[in-house]
Amino acid sequence: MEQTAHLDGLPGRVIHDEVVPARAPWLHRVKAGETLRVVDLEGNQAVDFLLYATADDAERFSAQDTIAAQANIFLRTGSVLLSNEGRPMMTIVATSVDYHDMIGGACSCESNSLRYGHHTKSQHACVDNFLEANLRDGRGKRDIVSNINFFMNVPVEPDGTLGIVDGISAPGLTVDLRAEMDVTVVVSNCPQINNPCNGFNPTPVRMIVAA
Amino acid sequence: MSALADPGAARAHARAMGGTIVEAMPILPPRAEDLPVGVKLDDLLWEETIAAGGYASRILRRSNRLRLIDLRGDACASLLLFNAAMPTERLNIADTVKVQWDAYPAAGSLLLSDMGRVLASIEQDDAATHDAFCGASNEVSNRARYGDGSNSGAYPNARDRLLLGAAKHGLGRRDVHPCINLFKGVRIGADGAVVPQLGPFAPGRSLVLRAEMDLILVIANCPHVLDPRPWSVTPLRATAWRGPVTAEDDPVRTATPERLRAFLNTEDLYR
Repeated sequence: MEQTAHLDGLPGRVIHDEVVPARAPWLHRVKAGETLRVVDLEGNQAVDFLLYATADDAERFSAQDTIAAQANIFLRTGSVLLSNEGRPMMTIVATSVDYHDMIGGACSCESNSLRYGHHTKSQHACVDNFLEANLRDGRGKRDIVSNINFFMNVPVEPDGTLGIVDGISAPGLTVDLRAEMDVTVVVSNCPQINNPCNGFNPTPVRMIVAA
Repeated sequence: MSALADPGAARAHARAMGGTIVEAMPILPPRAEDLPVGVKLDDLLWEETIAAGGYASRILRRSNRLRLIDLRGDACASLLLFNAAMPTERLNIADTVKVQWDAYPAAGSLLLSDMGRVLASIEQDDAATHDAFCGASNEVSNRARYGDGSNSGAYPNARDRLLLGAAKHGLGRRDVHPCINLFKGVRIGADGAVVPQLGPFAPGRSLVLRAEMDLILVIANCPHVLDPRPWSVTPLRATAWRGPVTAEDDPVRTATPERLRAFLNTEDLYR
């Protein structure tokens, strides 16, 4: 990869730069004031994303609190990611994608069995990535809550029909998040192959932290 | 005060309160004059009116029915559901809307767990204004709106009410998950905007849940987090009774392939 690509506009110097392989989990601590850039390297790759307050991880990202506070289900530039206790955790300071999802949740072996049939139960899924990353950090299943899906498109039709549809992302599009408190970021680079969220072909994403 | 200076007088004073009737209280043993046709008084399990700003938590068994009535049109029932046998399994609101391809739970909808099972079905619903997106108010949001949000103050927030209800079943901060708000609704605009439906509504709207698993149920009855009015919430009535387990040909069970598979997964737990 071109090492200097995707670095434009980042505030400060790069202190961490890592490619998360297709289908893999990722955990990283980001300190207050640092900026995390997520790069959709090859396009149409859902990045399932959870946040925990590093000082007290019973406080975590809350999709519902975030939706209520901004009275909108989509994440755009300026959106503030709130915790379950109403505190700002990160702010989306820039994104080159129209919007990101907060209502579609994470795929799991179990929900795959409902959505596609029991033949998909053995396929890898985001909840297994969330579990693997969290278990190594002292958390478990009850710490998994509704997540963000960066680069994923879940529109709601006027009659309430909702679904994961073709991505609105493209190669090299980014989202920049400024930490408002010390946070632990847990990501699943989504392995789903039964819907259009990854273009039926999971690909790597790049995580860059600047301070 | 001096009249109550000895334990005997204090006991007499305390006991004199017995038998007091207020609107928001449980009725023990449960009594109800308005059970649905075919439900016997012997099958009644729970009769309680939950205070405005109050909460309740309760075990319901598989096949029990829970009827909630918005007595005066301004209740907001924020609901958590757990598998009573394994409370790490709980309501997953994202799976609930995603698996059913439907943002607006109503009659016939399932409330799904994170394990691909049905916690409860919405058996009847004459409200149809419910909210899977905005969640519970919290101490910060209530302080911003009412000047206070503490459990000990006049404007308790739904999250802290849910925490107390969950704590009475041994659960804690990590267990209070995204909830569904019943009776207060939202609709989603094309640009993603949340459009609240807050009423006040006609008195007496009701909803019946059918427990498909053994459940810990926690309900908070606080104003919806987006309600712009001065503190507005009215009591919520809960009535539960025994009923039959969902039959193989139940129309809710067989309505869609996703719902049928959710029931197959649930029945697998009780084989």
